[in-house]
Amino acid sequence: MSTSKLDLDLKKVESARNMAGEIAGQVQRFVENYTTVAVERTLCRLTGIDGTDSDGIPLPNLVVDALKEKGMLGDGALHFLGNVLCRKGMTPDQTARAISGGTFVSWDLPVSPHRDIEEALKPVIDKSIARIREKRLEREHNLKRLGEGPRPYLYVIVATGNIYEDAVQAQAAARQGADIIAVIRTTGQSLLDFVPFGATTEGFGGTFATQENFRIMRKALDQVGEETGRYIRLCNYCSGLCMPEIAVMGAFEGLDVMLNDALYGILFRDINMQRTLVDQYFSRIINGFAGVIINTGEDNYLTTADAFEEAHTVLASDFINEQLALIAGLPPEQMGLGHAFEMDPGLENAFLYELAQAQMTREIFPEAPLKYMPPTKFMTGNIFRGHIQDALFNLAGIWTGQGIQLLGMPTEAIHTPFMSDRYLSIENARYIFTSFRSIGEEVEFKKNGIIRKRAARVLEDACRLLEKLREEGLFTALEKGYFANIRRSRDGGKGLEGVTRKSSLYMNPYIELLKGNK
Amino acid sequence: MGGGLYSTELQDFDKTLDLTQVKPYGDTMNDGKVQLSFTLPVPFGPEAVEAAKQLLRSMGMENPQVVFSRELTPGFTFFNCYGNLQHTVNYAGIHVPKVESTVMDMHGIDRYITEHIGRKLVLVGASTGTDAHTVGIDAIMNMKGYAGHYGLERYEMIEAYNLGSQVTNEEMIAKALEIKADAILISQTVTQKDIHIKNLSEFIEMAQAEGIRDRMILVCGGPRISHELAREIGFDAGFGTNTYAEDVASFVAQEFEKRKMNQ
Ligand code: B12
Repeated sequence: MSTSKLDLDLKKVESARNMAGEIAGQVQRFVENYTTVAVERTLCRLTGIDGTDSDGIPLPNLVVDALKEKGMLGDGALHFLGNVLCRKGMTPDQTARAISGGTFVSWDLPVSPHRDIEEALKPVIDKSIARIREKRLEREHNLKRLGEGPRPYLYVIVATGNIYEDAVQAQAAARQGADIIAVIRTTGQSLLDFVPFGATTEGFGGTFATQENFRIMRKALDQVGEETGRYIRLCNYCSGLCMPEIAVMGAFEGLDVMLNDALYGILFRDINMQRTLVDQYFSRIINGFAGVIINTGEDNYLTTADAFEEAHTVLASDFINEQLALIAGLPPEQMGLGHAFEMDPGLENAFLYELAQAQMTREIFPEAPLKYMPPTKFMTGNIFRGHIQDALFNLAGIWTGQGIQLLGMPTEAIHTPFMSDRYLSIENARYIFTSFRSIGEEVEFKKNGIIRKRAARVLEDACRLLEKLREEGLFTALEKGYFANIRRSRDGGKGLEGVTRKSSLYMNPYIELLKGNK
Repeated sequence: MGGGLYSTELQDFDKTLDLTQVKPYGDTMNDGKVQLSFTLPVPFGPEAVEAAKQLLRSMGMENPQVVFSRELTPGFTFFNCYGNLQHTVNYAGIHVPKVESTVMDMHGIDRYITEHIGRKLVLVGASTGTDAHTVGIDAIMNMKGYAGHYGLERYEMIEAYNLGSQVTNEEMIAKALEIKADAILISQTVTQKDIHIKNLSEFIEMAQAEGIRDRMILVCGGPRISHELAREIGFDAGFGTNTYAEDVASFVAQEFEKRKMNQ
């Protein structure tokens, strides 16, 4: 970073990173002692348990709920399934079906030695890991074979509420030049403590994330990828109460990008912080291994807090999310850290401040495919002005070399995008990206000018906030409303009842096998 | 194309404004100019353009013009169009239901409540159903308020409870009963497939079943909410964009007094 165009104080950057590392370390010390119903359901899925009973209850839920009821959740699903396999020769899938059919009786089997259980599970575990690795290799192969669009990737959403309609919209967007298609989830899914099964044609503001929907979309994008000669990435949401489960479903079905941020769930969906931070750790291990780019949600802070005053909270949180990702073995090339272009368009020199912050974020996280969020809060029913706001955002994006450009829609304040909205937005971005392609290399920022000073200021404020967070810890910071001006209590919110301390019998070999590996 | 956008032809229509027969305005009174864009699920081509024009005609437009068309993806064509609308509207005869109360400022409202009601009003609010948007209800309720207008928490004569978002209708009603609320404020932002209407209607049904429909003042708000819509669903008032705390507080205080709810 010797080429900082902002003359950033590199010592400050380093010290911020160290402080964030300590903050993340504190969180991790907590996380390691606990498991959750979602983590255990994820392990069930990894052993091949899938499908539902006749009432539509997913089998992983049936198994984990039964374990919880018997007080065995702290031992972990793998210990239980492995022991049954050792003693009775029943595969995890057979066990799940027996539980679902009410014929399972072997709850009180003598416990086999840890090593025997691991031995028995090994083929099951290896198979699941091979399945994920295969998907990763398939992506790498397709990327090589077909190529991809230049960065910043053009990211658009589809949110019709019907997966088949979403597929039509997604293909249209890809043909127009989109590189990443994000399928938006319906309101309320984050709070479901199970993942619905099968294809879905309903939802509000999006439709459900299900494994079958992932498959349908993957197929649609592969098809249009062949046609356009570009690999098209698929994005969904691995957040809410089923974070790691959705991570594994995505890993099985070849998703490329996942929103994956506990802080977002805590602040914007009132999900319990203990629950989701434990869930996040395992989900990031999976995403890391699967080669999935995660997106974090810092940009959203600026929808409830002021974008000029609170810009440093975004940076501080990016530092923390970077460290939490590293702890889970997720490499920088897969960290789509979030930030946004959300200042009041009426603010004098707002564009200069935005540019400063975008450049600053770029320089501080040089390897990360940064996720850059368009104006949303100050978008109004004046779609014509909105289109210009988006154009300025696109200019900031190409100028500062962002990784993933979430395209703004002129109709942001009105509805989820129409096919034509997406067309106009893609056209807007392509025009500006082409026209300004090399501007970042050509233009320098004045010494002591507005832009350099703004970046220095935000970095300075972020350092101060991180100091406070290091003293108080992330949990307390969330309780005090440091992020997004939203307060959340440690024991409040949804999902705490699904958190359990690990017992001495607990096992999860996947952590070792997947973390930081390919 | 006779009479195109840049036509210099003499236009032969009455150019005086008549409020009982108003037409859209481009650059000349009563030219009827309208601009419109839409997508048709048909492939690009002369037939697509003709289809768009015919639609414009059936909307009442003369001289329909497709000024831009483009196939978005095979089988879907997007159009930008202009036309001269023949329909007119009787502006003079329009009556829009509005919230009928005099809007006072914060101090005025506190004074009004002190003088007319003599005790604090208890208000409970939330963004309900699966809706997670809080900025709207916070703008009305939180101390800080919105665009320089303080929120209800700041009012001396109002006791305000903001329950946040994703609050079920059951929880909302239970809380209102618990704190003996005088008014309930509901915010709805997500409107896809009319989910807000469904959710608000369900609330009213439950409020009726619980017997609080007439004991409490029921208010809703959100970017797609109008007073008219709110009344249709069964609320006492509805507020849309650019509402401030004083609009709601003025209404609730005066409605309370009007209904003599103190007795
Ligand atoms: C900020 C925002 C968010 C934030 C919300 C943060 C928070 N804690 O509130 C985040 C990022 C979390 C978010 C999430 C989602 N969002 Co959003 N969001 C917005 C955005 C950008 C601004 C909304 C806003 O804050 N406006 C500012 C406030 C002050 O205005 P207001 O709400 O209209 O409130 C005023 C009046 O309406 C009125 N009022 C409002 N409520 C009440 C109540 C009473 C009693 C009264 C009297 C008055 C009143 O007074 C207020 C002040 O004047 C809009 C786009 C836009 N520019 O409008 C999209 C938008 C509202 N979101 C949308 C969607 C779909 C979602 C999601 C559902 C997406 C998804 N599937 O995950 C999720 C929500 C999930 C869920 N469970 O609900 C859509 C809604 C589409 C539709 N018409 O249905 C929009 C329009 C964006 C889009 N084009 O897709 N969102």
